[in-house]
Amino acid sequence: MSFFKKLKEKFQSTEKTEQVSDKYKEGLTKTRKSFSEKINDLVARYRKVDEDFFEDLEEILISADVGVETVMDLIDELQMEVKRQNIKDTNEVKSVISEKLVEIYQGEDDEEIATLNLQEDGLTVILFVGVNGVGKTTTIGKLAHQLKEQGKEVLLAAGDTFRAGAIEQLNEWGKRVDVDVIKHSEGSDPAAVIFDAIQAAKSRNADVLICDTAGRLQNKVNLMNELSKIKRVIEREVPNGPHEVLLALDATTGQNALSQAKTFGEATNVTGIVLTKLDGTAKGGIVLAIRNELGIPVKYVGLGEQMTDLQQFDPQAFVYGLFADMMEEENLDS
Amino acid sequence: MAFEGLADRLQSTIQKIKGKGKVTEQDVKEMTREVRLALLEADVNFKVVKQFIAKVKERAVGEEVMESLTPGQQVIKIVKEELTSLMGGEESKINSADKPPTVIMMVGLQGAGKTTTTGKLANLLRKKYNKKPLLVAADVYRPAAIDQLQTLGKQLNMPVYSEGTEANPVDIANHAMKQAKDDHLDYVLVDTAGRLHVDNDLMDELKQIEQNVKPDEIFLVVDAMTGQDAVNVAESFNEQLNISGVILTKLDGDTRGGAALSIRAVTDKPIKFVGMGEKLDQLESFHPERMASRILGMGDVLSLIEKAQENVDEKRAKELEEKMRSASFTFEDFLEQMGQVKKMGPLDELLDMIPGANKMKGMKNLEFSDKQIGHVEAIIQSMTPQERMEPSIMNASRKKRIAKGSGRPISEVNRLLKQFEEMKKMMKQMTNMQQGKRGKKNKKMKGLNFPFM
Ligand SMILES: Nc1nc2c(ncn2[C@@H]2O[C@H](COP(=O)(O)OP(=O)(O)O)[C@@H](O)[C@H]2O)c(=O)[nH]1
Ligand SMILES: [Mg+2]
Repeated sequence: MSFFKKLKEKFQSTEKTEQVSDKYKEGLTKTRKSFSEKINDLVARYRKVDEDFFEDLEEILISADVGVETVMDLIDELQMEVKRQNIKDTNEVKSVISEKLVEIYQGEDDEEIATLNLQEDGLTVILFVGVNGVGKTTTIGKLAHQLKEQGKEVLLAAGDTFRAGAIEQLNEWGKRVDVDVIKHSEGSDPAAVIFDAIQAAKSRNADVLICDTAGRLQNKVNLMNELSKIKRVIEREVPNGPHEVLLALDATTGQNALSQAKTFGEATNVTGIVLTKLDGTAKGGIVLAIRNELGIPVKYVGLGEQMTDLQQFDPQAFVYGLFADMMEEENLDS
Repeated sequence: MAFEGLADRLQSTIQKIKGKGKVTEQDVKEMTREVRLALLEADVNFKVVKQFIAKVKERAVGEEVMESLTPGQQVIKIVKEELTSLMGGEESKINSADKPPTVIMMVGLQGAGKTTTTGKLANLLRKKYNKKPLLVAADVYRPAAIDQLQTLGKQLNMPVYSEGTEANPVDIANHAMKQAKDDHLDYVLVDTAGRLHVDNDLMDELKQIEQNVKPDEIFLVVDAMTGQDAVNVAESFNEQLNISGVILTKLDGDTRGGAALSIRAVTDKPIKFVGMGEKLDQLESFHPERMASRILGMGDVLSLIEKAQENVDEKRAKELEEKMRSASFTFEDFLEQMGQVKKMGPLDELLDMIPGANKMKGMKNLEFSDKQIGHVEAIIQSMTPQERMEPSIMNASRKKRIAKGSGRPISEVNRLLKQFEEMKKMMKQMTNMQQGKRGKKNKKMKGLNFPFM
């Protein structure tokens, strides 16, 4: 109980966090409802904590796209815990379940929100990577808007020179959020675009340069090498750059998201994840597995197609959103 | 990330339950546990998996074990057959209207690949059926979606109908129909905006387009990497529209593609095509059996076989396979095989088809550009015949000489030697695997071999 009280108190402590968590709850209503409803259902349906119970729990987690391995590990741990504490009643196991899930999300380390590594002075370069159609360009538009609202001078680099209409797409976003876009023609060398954009950003004294890249499937060795090359150009031209390499992940993606995080991580040293399309019915549970297995933090979530539909990922708020019902119920209990 | 295929997973289980005449309940239980995990790892929806396993159990228990198989293999055979039949037959035909133009509507979630697939379909219609398509830009929402289709139209040299972003998609579709009739075009391909299946307003828009242009085909375009949510998406689109077929995109990735099975199971609509790359000619017919192997993690072995059979000299290939098995494979053979494989098409594409190959130690950093192959060839050609036959005699001074002769850094020579050893190990593994499961059905596999198999 105390665990949830602590968590809840934390959320009520400042108005700001409350707002954030409300936005989260709103954006994740579907996720939260279905997820916690299911766990409640489960608990209500079973009186005994037995094999069937765990099998059902396993299915709930799997249906949320939590990685198979993560789920299996979790179930093992739960079973051990249940044995250790000699829990027989399903109502009691509820808190153990959520506690373990929170643990997977947050790990041992701090509970802080993973923020962007923005430079105090000088240029910050952010590189976006990911497979085709996950929402890189859209997220760049949204992020540019957000940073601009914070008073930053932002510049975009149209590094997707491959896909038809990709340059125009970013350009359109540039117009929408009133930010300049550095571009070459379709089919030109993406590394050269990025190079030019860096020079432009320097000479204009821009605060943030956000670089778009073409979507690529992570098993295409040559294309992944191209990405490493782009990153090297940034490294060479900007001290300590790129300051962020953000991998866009589609929440609808299943187990392959793990392979994406792993391979893009190897090629470009991904510093954070943007989980897009969380406004759909997909649960995005793969984030759990990615954090658990690769340790890459999620920094933003995409909750729609408008420029304001980007929110900072707050693991606590996310977990709070997932388990809000359950926690409230527990408060009543105690 | 343990994405070993089912074949690997089952290896130990198979070993344990060898040599019985009938498949027992215990055999099935052990096997289906592994099958279940493999399917879940492949993103097949958990409900679909449940039904599937129940069916396999029912069929397998008590079944006579075929002579050439072990009980474990017998279960795999049943799994594979059930899976293949669930996948449906091969149906890559495109409906056509009694009176032209035939109308095809493309629908799906954001980022699924509708626009690219529209271009590919148009290309196929012209190339294979000699038809004249009109591309219709009905995505007025996503920035530059119209530009994207227009660019594809230009690449294909085909007409694109658009009215900008201010027009109503229903009107656009209606007007496009008139245009197609006036211009005597055979097909109208309507590219609609990506939308969430729970977005009622936008789903209504699709229904309206459907009512107005009465499409002969409505293709649901789905990303092959989709997870458990695939059932919700497919079910919802299928309920609200008259979906006639499914196109699976981005199958050139390393996803196992279990979504295909989920979608079939909940919609019962045929998967007609699969997208195999970003280029406009990379749309292929859907092969249920290949997809079944892929979901099971047996790789797209059949595709490889097909390609291999087209291009490889059977007799020479068989000799080489023998060598591989006896581990007497040399750099000389390697050189020859590279020549054969090069004929089959870009190497990285071929490699992508082999499950796990790009994750193998040593393979990962191999670049498969033609330039790179040239370097490898240069290095091998700088070896003496003896070195090619017996790489074990390699020492520092030999390596130095080879590096000099080929004009490549010594580190590259070292890397190749290491990779060659890795490959040999891998070949042995793979040939063992092949032998293991070579039943009557797999006769075709004979003669198949690559430097990396
Ligand atoms: N519903 C929803 N759609 C999104 C989100 N982010 C991106 N999209 C859509 O997904 C599609 C592909 O996005 P795009 O930015 O072009 O992907 P890219 O290929 O990775 O650059 C577009 O239709 C976007 O509008 C999101 O958070 N929610
Ligand atoms: Mg893009």
